[in-house]
Amino acid sequence: MKFTTFGTLRRKGIVGMNYRNIELIGRYNPRSRYPLVDNKLMTKSLATEWGVPVTELYAVIEQQSQVRKLHDILLPYESFVIKPDHGSGGKGIIVISHREGDTFIKTSGEALSLTDLRKHVSNVLSGLYSLGGRYDTAIIEKVVAFDPMFSDFSFEGVPDIRIIVYRGYPVMAMMRCPTRESDGKANLHQGAVGVGIDLRSGAALSAVKHDHPVTHHPDTHHDFLNLKVPQWEAVLTMAASCYEMTGLGYVGADIVFDKNEGALLLELNARPGLAIQIANGRGLRARLDAVDAQKQLRTPQERVQFSMNDLA
Amino acid sequence: MMSSRFQIILIAMLLAMTGLFFTWYKVVYLGVPLTPHEKRSFFTVTAEVDLKSAGGAGSVILRMPSEQKGIKILEREGESGQFGMTTATLADGRYLQWAKRDFEGSTKLFYKVSLSPDALYEPERVEAGWNMASIVDDTQYWEVSEQAAAATILDEARARSADAVSLTAQLIDMFNNPVPTDAVRELLAKKHETKTSLILALLAHEKIAFRKVRGIPLEDGLKQRRTTTLLEVRDEDKAALFSFKTGRISMPERFFVWYRGNGAIMTTKGIEKAKLRFSVTESKVAATALSEREALRQGSDFLNFSLYTLPATQQNAFKQLLLIPIGALVVVFFRILVGIRTMGTFMPVLFALAFIQTTLISGLMMFFAILSSGLIVRSYLSRLQLLLVARISAVIIVVIAIMSVMSIVSYKLGIDEVLKITFFPMIILSWTIERMSILWEEAGGREAMIQGGGSLIVAIAAFFAMDNSYVRHLTFTFPELLLIVLSLVILIGRYTGYRLSELLRFAPLAHR
Repeated sequence: MKFTTFGTLRRKGIVGMNYRNIELIGRYNPRSRYPLVDNKLMTKSLATEWGVPVTELYAVIEQQSQVRKLHDILLPYESFVIKPDHGSGGKGIIVISHREGDTFIKTSGEALSLTDLRKHVSNVLSGLYSLGGRYDTAIIEKVVAFDPMFSDFSFEGVPDIRIIVYRGYPVMAMMRCPTRESDGKANLHQGAVGVGIDLRSGAALSAVKHDHPVTHHPDTHHDFLNLKVPQWEAVLTMAASCYEMTGLGYVGADIVFDKNEGALLLELNARPGLAIQIANGRGLRARLDAVDAQKQLRTPQERVQFSMNDLA
Repeated sequence: MMSSRFQIILIAMLLAMTGLFFTWYKVVYLGVPLTPHEKRSFFTVTAEVDLKSAGGAGSVILRMPSEQKGIKILEREGESGQFGMTTATLADGRYLQWAKRDFEGSTKLFYKVSLSPDALYEPERVEAGWNMASIVDDTQYWEVSEQAAAATILDEARARSADAVSLTAQLIDMFNNPVPTDAVRELLAKKHETKTSLILALLAHEKIAFRKVRGIPLEDGLKQRRTTTLLEVRDEDKAALFSFKTGRISMPERFFVWYRGNGAIMTTKGIEKAKLRFSVTESKVAATALSEREALRQGSDFLNFSLYTLPATQQNAFKQLLLIPIGALVVVFFRILVGIRTMGTFMPVLFALAFIQTTLISGLMMFFAILSSGLIVRSYLSRLQLLLVARISAVIIVVIAIMSVMSIVSYKLGIDEVLKITFFPMIILSWTIERMSILWEEAGGREAMIQGGGSLIVAIAAFFAMDNSYVRHLTFTFPELLLIVLSLVILIGRYTGYRLSELLRFAPLAHR
């Protein structure tokens, strides 16, 4: 256990939870916009409207009566994901990698019958996986085809890129790489590795696991310094345009890479955490202040240019 | 337009100042005790009557002390021995009568009054006692030779005074002069007369309205004392108090007036010899006694709005209720300034309240027992895939069942402590079990332990803050202190600085 001092944190420009809650979320995220990001279906349709690529939506199941038709609904799809609209922490998500007739095989290899899937969807609708217990909607969408370029840095899961967008400007980015400990989930406090990404180049800067520096992936043993996100400017632009899309001034955009379709917006978060600072080895404060100094209206592309050139 | 930060500071300051002002006012001007352990003096004044029989029927009438400013009479009690004892309320006050048909030999009778000095106490009715009827008519009192001396003295005093009060002062001064005038010496030579009776006779002659004030100084250990006599003189509607020894005085502190008036304190019939003496004992009692509160209440309109005016049951409810802001402040402190994660924002406060009822150690043991057995049951329920409402209802039922079983078993084993288990808020407990198991499934056992442990630390801290006798006393006696708590909460609510836990969390960042 090693403690630092208030002075050091201030000097390093680290943003703390209280500052984030009052000065970032409280000031720039209007409550009325939260449903746009808390509801995955709304985010998806909004993104499509704004031309931001998302995973393809196959079907939406809103009522128990539709559960009976599940067979017909699933008929055209070889692989798919079933997830609750208001789910959190990856609960209630089933990924079917392929099917043999009416037997569905999960990525883990477990076989499920159509009856199993019906039961699962029915549970989703009745709110089993939504935290408040309210009635929910089940989303059936396309499986993200894992892009092998990241296979060195992930264990049994799809890594995603979290970009913090402050008043339209991407201010910090990291990649979250699943590990054996995180059970294939890109969730930092479950043990995924956070890799800070250089805003200018998309290359890795440093990596942390459970808030402590690491250099190599604990399972694949590859050096994170070899990691570089392709099409970096396009990825940043995608994230930056979420500002116009949602009206949220402090938002976290989660982006995944599909082997065939490239970068896709996975979801948005109106309360992005601060661990990204540890992954990047630097504080957010200086970058936030630099953005605050920008007075003129800019397009997402212009803002990305500013971020790449002046914030990195 | 004021900045919102400035507004917050202004509001917080105003709230804190208001709270402090009222507290200060109550402490300084109304004498409300600031600490729960403040001791108040209680005195017992005993009037002891020694009687010697004259043979046959005998009776004693004793004047009972009436209510007076600054001293509250708590209890009166007479001891009659073989005498019959009755009380009577007449126009000029209350009397106690002891009587016996065939009284032989000698005996002692007692009358005890317990009282507490209280600067705020105002009685509803004060006796008059300006009746001069008992004062001897001066034509029979003075012999011719003395009349001249009295006239000389009065002339002299009159010449050197302006009104009744200054004349009385002058008279007392003349009688106390180490080198008295001839006239004074002549009167003093008069047989059987004391300075006191001479001064009174002169005042009566001058037609000045006066009354004697007879009382006992409240000093611990006083024994076999006669009353101390003071003199009160009225001039129009103002009255002035005098000591026969030192002249004009103000009412001595801790002086218990037994009787204001010119009549006798005790009269007897069929008694050969009667002696009235007083004794005083002092005892210290905690100021929180209810009677004390009632005295305070009658003393001030401001305190008429105090929580002490509520019925006892409601008072107890408020005692609990007013502690909750303190618990909330502890939660605010730990979450915002320290950065401890808890399960449910105010769950720790509710558990702290339960711990107050059960005491900490046994409360914690019961908490762990219910929580762990609840979690085991819950983990089975989650395999049944029940819906949320049904699942929590099931947990509630199981929690109540666990509590009942624990109570019955431990009661049979003779551990009564466990019966207090009913003080645990079971709905909250069930939610805690639910949240904890969800957390366990979603974020892993480590996170569940961190948040569960954090909640427990905050609950224990809140328990110590709320169980403190000073805090209990202050919150209930000075509810306006809540304004200070409010201002603190508002101020902390705008704190954008780092949390203590972030010193640890961001430490790896600082050293790179």
